[in-house]
Amino acid sequence: MFLWFHKLGSPPHFYRIAGKWIPWLGWIFLLLLAAGLYGGLVEAPPDYQQGESYRIIFVHVPAAWMSLFVYVVMAVCGAITIIWHMKLAEVVLISSAPIGASFTFLALVTGSLWGKPMWGTYWVWDARLTSELILLFLYLGIIGLHNAIDDKRTAGRAVAILALVGVVNIPIIHYSVEWWHSLHQGPTVTKLDKPSIHWSMLLPLLLMALAFQVYYVLALFQRCRTELLRRERNHKWVEEL
Amino acid sequence: MSQRLSLSQAFVFLLRRDLLLALRNRAEYAMPLLFFVLVITMFPLALGASPELLARIAPGVIWVAALLAAMLSLDSIFRSDFDDGSLEQILLSPHPVAILVLAKVSAHWLVTGLPLLIVAPLLAEMLGMPVAAQATLLLTILLGTPILSLIGAIGVALTVGLRKGGIILSLLVLPLYVPVLIFAASATENAASGFDPSAQILMLLAFLFLSISLSPWATAAALRMSAS
Amino acid sequence: MRNDRLLFEQLEISLDAGQMLVVEGPNGCGKTSLLRILTGLRMADGGEILWRGEAIDRLAGDYFEQVNYVGHHDGVKHELSCLENLRLARAMGAPSSVDLDDVLEQVNLYAYGETEVGSLSAGQKRRLALARLLATEATLWILDEPFTSLDKASMAMFSSIFERHLQQQGMIVMTSHHDISLPQQALQRLQMGMPS
Repeated sequence: MFLWFHKLGSPPHFYRIAGKWIPWLGWIFLLLLAAGLYGGLVEAPPDYQQGESYRIIFVHVPAAWMSLFVYVVMAVCGAITIIWHMKLAEVVLISSAPIGASFTFLALVTGSLWGKPMWGTYWVWDARLTSELILLFLYLGIIGLHNAIDDKRTAGRAVAILALVGVVNIPIIHYSVEWWHSLHQGPTVTKLDKPSIHWSMLLPLLLMALAFQVYYVLALFQRCRTELLRRERNHKWVEEL
Repeated sequence: MSQRLSLSQAFVFLLRRDLLLALRNRAEYAMPLLFFVLVITMFPLALGASPELLARIAPGVIWVAALLAAMLSLDSIFRSDFDDGSLEQILLSPHPVAILVLAKVSAHWLVTGLPLLIVAPLLAEMLGMPVAAQATLLLTILLGTPILSLIGAIGVALTVGLRKGGIILSLLVLPLYVPVLIFAASATENAASGFDPSAQILMLLAFLFLSISLSPWATAAALRMSAS
Repeated sequence: MRNDRLLFEQLEISLDAGQMLVVEGPNGCGKTSLLRILTGLRMADGGEILWRGEAIDRLAGDYFEQVNYVGHHDGVKHELSCLENLRLARAMGAPSSVDLDDVLEQVNLYAYGETEVGSLSAGQKRRLALARLLATEATLWILDEPFTSLDKASMAMFSSIFERHLQQQGMIVMTSHHDISLPQQALQRLQMGMPS
């Protein structure tokens, strides 16, 4: 098992395996997406409070989940980079960043679209939206720092540290924004807590979440392969391709 | 071979060195303080001098200004040492770098954070903050500015080797400052309205302990990365 | 690797007490990087550095105590005086038993003890940087172009200081564009160059 993990960590091996998986992942993603969207947009009944406009949660909520999940993955890669100096961990970290940032941006856009019919404006200082905004800045910070450092191995270590610092701060930031929001009793666009959610809404939600997960792995593999080619272009295995 | 200094002796030595350097570079350290005063002055000019409005926004305005002033002052922690090679020598010391970093950050706070305690009450008075709230304001500054120095040090350590490091520093550090801002401003506001700010103060205290225990290690790792 | 360029691979060096290694080669071939890897400031992409049989990553502080590094930068604060700088160097490392005034005397800076380093010439600053070697006790001296900005007399002065260090079972790894006159039996040369 450990040997398999070690082997997976070698760039040429990963490159080949990831390449084989990509078309399969693409199909699985499309299937799940279709199922989730059908369930959410067609099958699920309109909400008794918000009517049809609530349906945007089928994109907003999974996107928000993914934005956090990807950051945690990046932090784990960061820890692996610092402890074991594994090259692949660095590559996964930096390849995940734009994907996570996109999910965060998607969550923000869908959140603001959701807010418009409810509150009349495109932005409300809701607790989750504000947290997502700060999370977006954290992602942009990682991307920016990596771009600013020329030597990519050093850049890998830098963003690893930053990702770990960020992951410790995310719960703190989330908690303080929740507190802040409860103090000032501002508008809310979240909906899931009460009343308890119905199965016909939960299933499409989970399908969409799974679809986004698969998309993440798909996009990650593609980006990692490109990044590996860029980094290892002077190595023999790339020339042999 | 004589014994090397104990860790606490080395800590004190480095702390005193940085204080001495700050003394001999007085002008550089006065700038962030002036900036603090200037920024706060802008608000009445922009929003009108109605006493109710100013008193209402005073806690938030003072703390945002403190945040920005802290950001401006961060560069001085490691820039000069990085440029003249002293940072390498600190990294090559047998003493644990995290503790040496703590010495430098402490010196930074003493020089940039502590003066705010003197200036802030004057500005709070100018904005019409009730005296009861001013005491809370001072407490939040006392607890909050070390956190700003500690977290800011991580950001500086990550960017000190970069050409345009200052620009990306704000992007890295401001999101991490948000919790301090929220709790410090909220504590002062509570005190101004006559409510009890102790919950927020305790949160700040908790952040302070968390920062002291974790940030020197992150900063040390980032310094090694920048100097390699 | 520096900026994704392979600098050197399959390098094997070993040094004993009383020996000196001179690294030579054209600019940009990685001499500074090699020296910085030896100090532990920089991580090698592969391989390891052993001090008395143990990897330096594991030795950490104990290794640093036995190394003195003078790189391209002088590592001195311009706003402090010469003596203040040397006292700091001692606080950061393992102090030698030599009086600091004597140290300054040996590098011809006795008169500048209380002078702010900022007002010294480049050569004087370099001598102060090298004075650190005498102010602290370290077995291994790693020096990157130590003779920069020094005149011939100073170079000779430091050459004899280096020789004394080797005689006391110290070790030196250095790069230099200048010729160093030192006993041949203690000398190892490493030629680095552009790959063919």
